[in-house]
Amino acid sequence: MSQRLPTGGRLIDRSRQITFQFNEEYLKGHPGDTLASALLANDKMLVGRSFKYHRPRGVVASGAEEPNALVALGKSNRMEPNQRATTTELYDRLYARSQNHWPSLHFDIGWINNLLSRFLPAGFYYKTFMHPRPFWKHVFEPFIRQSAGLGPAPDKPDPDTYEHTYAHVDVLVVGGGVAGLTAALAAGRAGASVMLVEQSAQFGGRAVVDGDEIDGQAAGIWVKNALQELDNMPSVRVLDRTMGAGVYDHGYALAYERLTDHAPDLEAPRHRLWRVRAKRVVMASGAYERPLSFGGNDIPGVMLASAVRDYVVNYGVSPGPSTLIVTNNDSAYRTALTLLDASLDVAAVIDARETASSPLIEQVKSRGVRVDFGKAIAKAKGVNRVHSAAICAQTGDGTVLEDIPCDAIAMSGGWSPVVHLWSHCGGKLNWDEAGAFFRPDPDRPPLDQNGEGFVVPAGAAGGDLGLGVALAGAHGAGKAAASDAGAAGDAGATPEAETPAEAPLKPVWVMPENAKIKLRQKMWLDYQNDVKVSDVQLAAQEGFQSVEHTKRYTTLGMATDQGKLSNINGLAILSSALSEPIPQVGTTTFRPPFTPISMGSIAGEARGDIFQPLRRTPIHDWHAENGAHWEPVGHWRRPYCFQRPGESVEHAVAREVTNTRLKVGLLDASTLGKILVKGSDAGKFLDMMYTNMMSSLKVGRCRYGLMCSENGFLIDDGVVARLSEDTFLCHTTTGGADRIHGHMEEWLQTEWWDWKVFTVNLTEQFAQIAVVGPKARAVLEKLGGMDLSAEALPFMTWADGKIGVFDARVFRISFSGELSYEVAVPAGQGRAFWDALLEVGAGFGIMPYGTEALHIMRAEKGFIMIGDETDGTVIPQDLGLHWAISKKKDDYLGKRAQVRSHMANPDRWQLVGLETTDGTVLEDGAYAVETGVNGNGQTKVQGRVTSTYHSPTLGRGIAMGLVRHGPDRMGEVLSFTRIGGGRQEAKIVSPVFYDSEGEKQNV
Amino acid sequence: MSEALATVSRLGPVGMITLKGDLASAALSKAVSDLAGCALPGALAVTEGRDAAVAWMAPDEVLVVLAHDAARDGVGRLAGALAAEHALVANVSEARSVFEIKGDVRAVLAKLTPADVSEATFSPGSFRRTRLAQVPVAFWMRDAETVHLICFRSVDVYVSDLLRNAAAQRA
Repeated sequence: MSQRLPTGGRLIDRSRQITFQFNEEYLKGHPGDTLASALLANDKMLVGRSFKYHRPRGVVASGAEEPNALVALGKSNRMEPNQRATTTELYDRLYARSQNHWPSLHFDIGWINNLLSRFLPAGFYYKTFMHPRPFWKHVFEPFIRQSAGLGPAPDKPDPDTYEHTYAHVDVLVVGGGVAGLTAALAAGRAGASVMLVEQSAQFGGRAVVDGDEIDGQAAGIWVKNALQELDNMPSVRVLDRTMGAGVYDHGYALAYERLTDHAPDLEAPRHRLWRVRAKRVVMASGAYERPLSFGGNDIPGVMLASAVRDYVVNYGVSPGPSTLIVTNNDSAYRTALTLLDASLDVAAVIDARETASSPLIEQVKSRGVRVDFGKAIAKAKGVNRVHSAAICAQTGDGTVLEDIPCDAIAMSGGWSPVVHLWSHCGGKLNWDEAGAFFRPDPDRPPLDQNGEGFVVPAGAAGGDLGLGVALAGAHGAGKAAASDAGAAGDAGATPEAETPAEAPLKPVWVMPENAKIKLRQKMWLDYQNDVKVSDVQLAAQEGFQSVEHTKRYTTLGMATDQGKLSNINGLAILSSALSEPIPQVGTTTFRPPFTPISMGSIAGEARGDIFQPLRRTPIHDWHAENGAHWEPVGHWRRPYCFQRPGESVEHAVAREVTNTRLKVGLLDASTLGKILVKGSDAGKFLDMMYTNMMSSLKVGRCRYGLMCSENGFLIDDGVVARLSEDTFLCHTTTGGADRIHGHMEEWLQTEWWDWKVFTVNLTEQFAQIAVVGPKARAVLEKLGGMDLSAEALPFMTWADGKIGVFDARVFRISFSGELSYEVAVPAGQGRAFWDALLEVGAGFGIMPYGTEALHIMRAEKGFIMIGDETDGTVIPQDLGLHWAISKKKDDYLGKRAQVRSHMANPDRWQLVGLETTDGTVLEDGAYAVETGVNGNGQTKVQGRVTSTYHSPTLGRGIAMGLVRHGPDRMGEVLSFTRIGGGRQEAKIVSPVFYDSEGEKQNV
Repeated sequence: MSEALATVSRLGPVGMITLKGDLASAALSKAVSDLAGCALPGALAVTEGRDAAVAWMAPDEVLVVLAHDAARDGVGRLAGALAAEHALVANVSEARSVFEIKGDVRAVLAKLTPADVSEATFSPGSFRRTRLAQVPVAFWMRDAETVHLICFRSVDVYVSDLLRNAAAQRA
C-alpha cells in the first residue's frame, strides 16, 4: 500500500492538514501536496480507468507528462475534465472525481472491453463499422460517440475571469530547473531583459530532489540564491506556475500562467495568457523518463523511477513498503538510494543490461540490495494494484524464472529530452545513439525573421543529461541568447558541478526482447489511449509505414498527454517492425500547446459585453429606446425595423414602407462608407476603381458607380460626389467601408505609388440621415436654411449649407425611388439632427424605417444590393448594368477579366424580375428547375432567386433572380423549388416593379 | 474589488485633423508648426505645442490634435497653406473618441495591445498606432502616468469597457 512516511517531504507543511474529496470520499493532505501525492498518501493507488479498455490505472509520473491520473476537478460551473492530479496543487475543499467509469471506479462495466481486448486491436473501428453503409450514421456513430471521450464537459458558463498580457523581452527562458536558472542568470547578468517561466510552483527541478551539488552547495541552497539574484535584477521577471506553451514565428511565444488554480479564493484572474515577443527563447524544459514496455506495465503501482523519488523526497509519500526497480540505465539506482534512505525496502534492481558498473551501482550493491543483470520483468501481476513481478531473462521469450513480491515497481527506460518548443517552429532533431533519444540539432534550429536560429536549448532539453555539462551548456546558452539580443555584458562564471560517471544505457524497447504476442498485447505504450506494442506492430504489418499514419491508425500519442511518455517507445517499436533505423522513421509533429490550456485563457477578456466590439452609430441609443429590432451588419447593429407595442415584425416593416411611399420616412444611413479621395490624379484613379467614367463628373454632381475586383466580379457599389476639381467623396456599402478603403490603398501603394492621390476614410466623421418620401422636402424646408428646391438642388446633385442650425452636406440621391435627401452632418450633431427631424416631421407623418423597408423599397425599384444580387461570382453584365460600364475608357479594374470567354458567354444567368402567379412570396435562394437531371442525378436548374420580399406597395410577392437568357424570356413562367418539397411558379418580368419612369424621385 | 490599476475617463470633444502629404516638404512643416506651435514629430512620436499636439501616423500622414472648436479653422489654415502642394487635409474630430488613462498605464495597456509599452521603448513623447484587443487605436504618453488614447467613435463603448475591465483587475 502507498502511504505517508513518518518524516520527510520537503514541499509539504506537516503542521497543517487540509481536507479534500475524491469520488465523494473525504481525505486529508498537507499544504504543498499535489492531488496525486495526497491520493497516494491515502493509499489511493487506483485513480482512474483507461479510455478504451477501462483498465484500472494509477499514478505513473509526478509531473506534466502524467497519462493516467486524470480527474474531473471542481463542481458545476467550475468543473473541468482531464486535469492531471500530478500538477494539481492541493487546496482546502478540493473536489475531484475520477473519469471514464460506470457505475463506480472499483466496479466498472466497461471493464468488459478489457476482456474483449484481443478483439479490439488497432484499426478495429475502421474495419468493423464499414458496412452496411447506412448503419454508420444511424447506429455506429451514435454508439461510438457515446463511448468516446475522457471526462464530461461542464454544462454552465465559466464564472472565472481570464486575461492576456503582452510582454516584449530579449530572452524568454522556459523551465525553472537549474539549467533554466543558469541561463536566466547568465542572460540577466549580461544585461538582457529576461522572462523566466516555470510550469510548477517550485524551481530547481530534478537536481534538488536528487541531492546534487552546485558550486559546492546543496542544489536547494544554490537554487534559492539564484532566485534571490534574479529577483534583484530589475530587467528580469520570474514567473512560477507558468508553462511555456508554444513557440511561433518571429520570436512569438505563449506562456500560460495559472494564478488561482492552487488557491481559488484569491482575487485575481484565474489564468493569464502571456503573449511574448522574445528575441531569443532558451528552451530549458528538461527531460522525461521513459517507461519500459513489459507485460502489465500499466497496473497501478508501476511508476517511473524518478517519480518514486519525487514522491518520497518532495511529499514524504511512499508507493509501498517494498519496491522493485527495473531499469536499463543508471539513473534508477538513485531511486534505490532514496528508498533506502527513507527506510523503505528495495525488493531488487532488475537491470536489463548484461553487465554494468559505475560508482552509483556499486553504492547500491554495497547497501545490500540485490542487483540482477540481464534480467527483465516478464509480467507485472495484480489487478487494481501490483503485488508481484515475474522475472525472466531480457534476451529470452519471457520464460519465468521466479516471482518477486513487491508493492510497487519503479521503472526507467532512459530519458527523452523535452524538445517540443524546439520543434514547434521547425527546429530539427538528431538521434543520439548513446542516450537513445532525439536531441535538438544545433545546426538546424527554428529560424526567425532574419534567418537566424532563435531557440537555444539548455540542459537536459538539449540532450545534456549530466549535471556538469548541462550547467556549462545552459550558461553558454543564456550568454549567447543575451548577446544575440544585443546584451553583451559580463555573464559571470559558469556554475560548477560534477557529471558522475555512468555506465552506458542499453536501449530496451520490448521487455523481454523476444516476448510472444500474448505478452506484447499487455505491454502498454500509450496509457491514455490504450495503445500497446502489439497494436503498433499490427499497424506496421498492415502497411502503415509512416509514423504519422501509424499514429492516427493506432491513436498512439493522440490523447490529452499527446504521447509525452509513449512517442519515443512507440516509434522505436515501429522502426523495429519496419526494420528501419529510428532516425529514418522520425517523430510525429510536436504541436502547441505543450500541455492543454484553458479555453478561458484563449478567450482572455473577450466575453460578455466585450466579447466583440459592437459598432454604434450616433443615433444608436435612440434606436434602442424606440423598439429597434436589430440586425447585425458587420459589427454594426442596424434597426431592421422599429416595432411598436403589440406589432409583429412583418407588420412594422409593411407600415414603414407604406408610410415612406405615401408620406415621409427617416433612415439612419450613417454606416455607409465615405471615403475621401484627393489629388491631381484622383479622377484617373477613380476611373480605374469604378467601371464608370468618374473623371468626367462635374463638381456638384453625384454619380452611381460600380467597383469590380481584378477578376471582373462586382465587389461594391455606391454614389460618388465630386467635391472639387481634385476631390471626390466615394460612398460604399456598409460592409465595404473598410474593405474598399483597403482595396484603394493597396492599389495606390503597390501599383500606382507614383500617382498623386491621397485617401482617407471619413465614414465615422458624419451621421448620415436619409429623409425619404413625397414630403421629404417639406420636412427639411420647415427646419429652414439652404435652398433645397428642385431647381437649386436637382436629382443627383449635392450642396453644402445649413439646415436649421446644422452644418449639412445634402445629397439628392435616392435608393427608394422616392424624393430623397441624404443629409450628412458632423457625427456629434447627428442625434440632435435626428431629433429635430422627428419633431418638425411629426405634422407630416414622419416615421423612421429600418433596413428591411430599405431593402423592400429598393427591390420594388429593381435596384441591386451587393451581397444579395452579388455573391462573388456575378459581374455587372449579369445584372443588366451595361449602362454603368464605360465604353470609352482604356481600362478599369476587371475590364480584361470581363472579356474572357466564360464571362462573355451569353448563357450566363442574367437579372430579371420574378412575379409569382398566385401572389405568394418565393423562397430566398430557390432554384428555377428545368426538365431532366445532370450527371450527378440532380435536377437541372436554370436560375435562382437573389432577393425576395412581400411588397406592401404592390400587395404581392416580388423577387429578383438570375435566369439563363432571362431578359429574352419576358412573360415565361418558371417553376421554383421550395424547402420541404413542392414547386412555386413565377413569371419573368422586368426587375423594376415600381415607377419605372423614375418620376417620383425626380420631383 | 481591490484597488484599480488606473482610472479611465473619456475626454470631451477633441479637435483632430488628418494631414496627408510629403512630410519632408518645408511648406508642410511650416504649416503644421504655424498652426500647432510645435515641430513635426519623428516616426512613432508625438510633439506637443501649447494648445496642440502633432502625432506621426504614417510616413505620409500626421494627426493634429487641438481644441474642438479650433479644428474647422485649422483645416482651413492648413488647406490654404498647402494649396499648391499635393496634400489632403480633413477634419476627423467627430470620427474619433479620446480617452485619458491615469495610473499604472503600462500594466493596463499591456493587457490589450501588442505594442511594446515597456519603459525601454515607450516613454513620454512616444506615439503608437496599433490595436486594443479587437479594434484599431492610437495612443501616446503624456507623462509617466498619463496616456491619451484615440479610437473610432463607433466603438468607444467597447474601448471604454475594455479599458475599465483591464484597469480594474489587479493580480
